[in-house]
Amino acid sequence: MDLFILLITAAISSGTPLLFAVLGGIISEKAGVINLGTEGIMLIGAVISCIVFIQTGNLFVTLVAAVFAAAGLGFIHAFLCISLRSNQIVSGLAITLFGTGLSAYLGKAIAGTALAVSVPKIKLPWLESVPFIGRIFSNLDLFIWVSVALAVLLYLYMYKTSLGLHLKAVGDSPSTSDVMGISVAGYRYFHVIAGSMLMGLAGFYLIMVYSPNWIEGMTAGRGWIAIALIIFARWNPLYALLCAYFFGGLDALGFRIQLFDIGIPSYFLKMLPYVSTILVLMFIGWKNRHNPPAEPTSLGIPYFREQRF
Amino acid sequence: MKKLLGLFLLIMMFSILAACSQESASDPVKEEPAKAVDSESTEPKKIVKPRVAFVYIGVPGDGGWTFEHDKGREMVDETFSIESTTVENVPEGPDAERVIEELAQNHDIIFTTSFGYMDPTVNVAKKYPDVVFMHATGYKTAENIGTYQGKGYEPGYLAGVAAGKLTKNNKIGYVGAFPIPEVIYTINAFTLGAQSVNPNIEVSVVWSNTWFDPATERQAAISLLDEGVDLLANYQDSPAGIQAAAERGVWGMGNDSDMGHYVPETYVTNPVLNWGPYYVEVVQSVVDETWKSGAALNGLKEGMVDIAPFGKNVPQDVQDLVNAKKQELIDGTLNVFTGPIKDQTGEIKVADGETVSVEDILGMNWFVEGVKGTIPK
Repeated sequence: MDLFILLITAAISSGTPLLFAVLGGIISEKAGVINLGTEGIMLIGAVISCIVFIQTGNLFVTLVAAVFAAAGLGFIHAFLCISLRSNQIVSGLAITLFGTGLSAYLGKAIAGTALAVSVPKIKLPWLESVPFIGRIFSNLDLFIWVSVALAVLLYLYMYKTSLGLHLKAVGDSPSTSDVMGISVAGYRYFHVIAGSMLMGLAGFYLIMVYSPNWIEGMTAGRGWIAIALIIFARWNPLYALLCAYFFGGLDALGFRIQLFDIGIPSYFLKMLPYVSTILVLMFIGWKNRHNPPAEPTSLGIPYFREQRF
Repeated sequence: MKKLLGLFLLIMMFSILAACSQESASDPVKEEPAKAVDSESTEPKKIVKPRVAFVYIGVPGDGGWTFEHDKGREMVDETFSIESTTVENVPEGPDAERVIEELAQNHDIIFTTSFGYMDPTVNVAKKYPDVVFMHATGYKTAENIGTYQGKGYEPGYLAGVAAGKLTKNNKIGYVGAFPIPEVIYTINAFTLGAQSVNPNIEVSVVWSNTWFDPATERQAAISLLDEGVDLLANYQDSPAGIQAAAERGVWGMGNDSDMGHYVPETYVTNPVLNWGPYYVEVVQSVVDETWKSGAALNGLKEGMVDIAPFGKNVPQDVQDLVNAKKQELIDGTLNVFTGPIKDQTGEIKVADGETVSVEDILGMNWFVEGVKGTIPK
């Protein structure tokens, strides 16, 4: 039982940076714009967090700076894909390459500086007495709760409000939305930039909570995993919550299995999260084979108002 | 006059072409006019300012392996007042060979600083006999290739001595990067060092299977911390593991580089590499034309490896003990791998009084008794 609690705690903490990035990807893709720049945007978020925190020492200012730096990259992506109607895949890859390179350049001077940061923990004394759940949830850091709240709010926004319905329309059929008087470009700009902000938040979390010093390329591919998890979560913020924790849990589980000395090679354990992603995707695909696709149908297609199909 | 000049140029061109075709007869793809011209000037050139190049697997900002090599590079640059060429982030494989070959065309000494550059270095060195190649941690040498590495097990043993003294519940955690001999012998030396002062300790090993992924290293560290270890050592390049340990007030040890400033309260010490003096020595010998190929394996005595300054909370008696052991290792009165040493199954692997040979250390693939963990086959 004890082990199970520790595993869930590890899963939550390792899933949280992924969760921020996945949520960002979901709202961007819901509006019909793929953002493959996740990795680069996370890195920029992380390096800006580090620089600003060294300068100011204020967590809130750092957060704002990271989010706005990410929004800047998001704006570039949005401008290229929406106004200039360029290929979203190419633009996203360019953002990743740009972000990786720029973060390495900006981080040169601060590499190896340890950040004396302490993220406030939310203590819930009334929960502590509850068995099992109490031990997991009574002492998590602030940003874990922020990520959970964001997932719930985004779910409500996307599925329970008329604005969310407009968003779905923009992602599925921009021409119809245009006829209905919804601003396609406006929705797309807003969600791409907001999504990038969440990705910046992921970078912020990674450096402020996870590994408090800047190391070049510190995301080590987590941005790409987040992009895969968007599909895994079927563009649903609540599923994203589960997927991120599931993925984080598998990551943590691998090391614990090593400690039990069961005789499974560690290379195989390292593979576990990826193999299970494929299996779950296959299962979901099979289970939903008669349902309409969850993917926004205009995903990746630039919108031309006068274009005939 | 113009015609004469034209004729002259034409003859020049043909003669160069001819030289080229001779040169490339053995290798039709290669085109190196510059080198062909070089081979014609027979008089030996005296190196005044050595042209030095470094090939890095990562970036100097990694705070570990490449960071230390780059510190060595800085020392070379200062000593000879030159500016060495560095190429960062060179992947091991065909790309490395291309990079090394490009560097070989206009450098005197090339340091290739990762194990996987071994075969590319050997291939390029065959084509450029006048260039000196120095390959870190490899085992293939040639007329113009030397190898070098540090006896990582000596400081590893010292770190173990400190760990054995500091642990209260005798449970020590160790995050290893990859199950390769370099990491395995360091873990073994660490365990032997800890056992020398505290026979009851147990070292739990987890493999992260990455050199460089802070988030994964942190996960690996947490899995050991959840097991209740009260001292955590890391054979990793980033400080993520010791930071996770510090959050729980657990002693931490890193690797390669002094990581004390990351976690001042809970830092113990760790093995560090110090390439600078050796690099200067090599470059100097090339300048003096006394350089000879060889496989350098240097330890505490030569200063290529050492332990980092102790953390501020490490008790004085522990520091004194470790320093005494360090002196014994330097004097040669203490040897890390001297029997009796048992392996994990309790079988005697090294008999009483025997010492493991250097070759066997560099190819070590078994754990000593007291290590809890497996080496994937």
